[in-house]
Amino acid sequence: MHKIGWLRVPLVVTYAFLYIPIVVLVVMSFNASKNPFTWTGFSTKWYSALFDNELIRQGFINTMIVAIGATIFATILGTLLAIGVARYFRSAVVEAYSLAPAIIPDLVLAIGLLAFFALIGVTLSLFSVLLAHVVFGMAFVSAVVIARIGQTDSSLEEASRDLGASATTTFFRITLPSLAPGIIAGALLVFTLSLDEFVVAYFTNGPATPTLPIVIYSMVRFGVTPEINALAALLLLVSFTIVISAQRITRLTDAV
Amino acid sequence: MSIPTPTSGRGATRRRALIGRTVFAAPGLVYITIFMTIPILLVLVYSFFQRGRFGGIVWEFTLENYVRAFEPVYLQVFSNSLVIAGTTTVLALLIGYPTAYAIAKLPSRWRTVALVLVVLPFWTNFLIRTYAWIILLNSEGPINSSLMDVGIISAPIGFLYTPGAVIVGLVYAYLPLVILPVYASIERLDRQLIEAAGNLGASRARAFFDVTLPLTLPGVMIGAIFVFVPSLGNFVIPELLGGGKTVMVGNLIRDQFLEARDWPFGAVLALFVITLLVVLFALQAAISRRINGTGKRVSSRA
Repeated sequence: MHKIGWLRVPLVVTYAFLYIPIVVLVVMSFNASKNPFTWTGFSTKWYSALFDNELIRQGFINTMIVAIGATIFATILGTLLAIGVARYFRSAVVEAYSLAPAIIPDLVLAIGLLAFFALIGVTLSLFSVLLAHVVFGMAFVSAVVIARIGQTDSSLEEASRDLGASATTTFFRITLPSLAPGIIAGALLVFTLSLDEFVVAYFTNGPATPTLPIVIYSMVRFGVTPEINALAALLLLVSFTIVISAQRITRLTDAV
Repeated sequence: MSIPTPTSGRGATRRRALIGRTVFAAPGLVYITIFMTIPILLVLVYSFFQRGRFGGIVWEFTLENYVRAFEPVYLQVFSNSLVIAGTTTVLALLIGYPTAYAIAKLPSRWRTVALVLVVLPFWTNFLIRTYAWIILLNSEGPINSSLMDVGIISAPIGFLYTPGAVIVGLVYAYLPLVILPVYASIERLDRQLIEAAGNLGASRARAFFDVTLPLTLPGVMIGAIFVFVPSLGNFVIPELLGGGKTVMVGNLIRDQFLEARDWPFGAVLALFVITLLVVLFALQAAISRRINGTGKRVSSRA
């Protein structure tokens, strides 16, 4: 460990690079000035302006509908998929296939789904966004739960079956509780992914129901406003809280 | 003591596997097939047909869309995108590799914290992270005003709306995706090999370049793919930080699907990105097998 001295340099550079933009955003969200670049004093007025903004409020409601729906479906499907893949397939190809939606570029998935929904006649709405978010959300849940299965011991389940418990009882009393940390962490990750997801939502959403990231995109395209700073700070807080909770529940780094 | 069942033996095991696959894996695999695989195959199919007048498709076979991709204006966009995505990848590796290396050398109780701090920004809103750079790089922004306060420059530099700004934004967006796989490969490294190199008289630098670096190459390649491919397909950062002056493949694809309404041509462009992804993963797998598979060739240098 005597060589750690010069190794501090890349750490300092990287963490400064990663966090200075975030810190600047949060600080500027408390700036009293309308000009987002010059600090004139502390104020929380942009936060209250945020709550009066009808577009943002509607966007937030739309986003919550999608995120909650996608989290429920992705967690159920992803958990079952992880058990199926890790316990009954044990095939690298099937595992890669089940994780593929997390790796495929979002733009490719987005245009594919746009073309697919048009072909089968699905009207673009929050529901089509939800269907789209489930597919990659499920892959993230599977990844976390597969990692969890790797850490658990299957002998408890065998003992349960040997002692006469039915397959269903064993699943609900033994399997699910032992995987619970992975399942909860996976659900939290899908929720924050869906909450923040822009590209797929942008292509698969109808014009009447923009999600929050779509609202942010149109605001940011238009220019820099202090309201976005306040919104940014709030969203950062939400994502940080969720991801740190997920990490505390299980080792997040196994899944990424 | 286990209760003997009439259907014990290999047949029962096989049946249980079949039930398990059907009950657990089938719903998810079917879902992925419907909402990922079929849509992507549809993109492949669309690339061979003609555009509808108002978007959509006319079912007449053509190779015209592929021919069109070779027009100079599009070749220019491809080469432009490859240069920007390539520069982004190199910069991300130059920052990411030493960082991953330094994290791997931290005491174990700090390692988890360090890794969480790396992934945390990645899980936050991507638009907001890009937006932060609009503020930072602005001519009135904090970077310019600090440089002017210190007296390094006398007038603000127009960082924003340049290819450089696009590259900074892309490196910022994807840096965590480099650090994680590189870290994983460094952590898996067999320390005895490095000690052996030292014992055999190799300097620290020689041991690093002859042993550590080649052995972590599979992780480096995964990290490079995770930066390079999404950079090509990103249309938001070129638009917001490049001011629309830097056109990448991602912008072209977005425009074909949402503005020009030429889906077949957009499909050809998307296939370019998918093909690159597949080829790069195949290359990574081949190199990874070569390095890990035989176990004999540790150094790739002659």
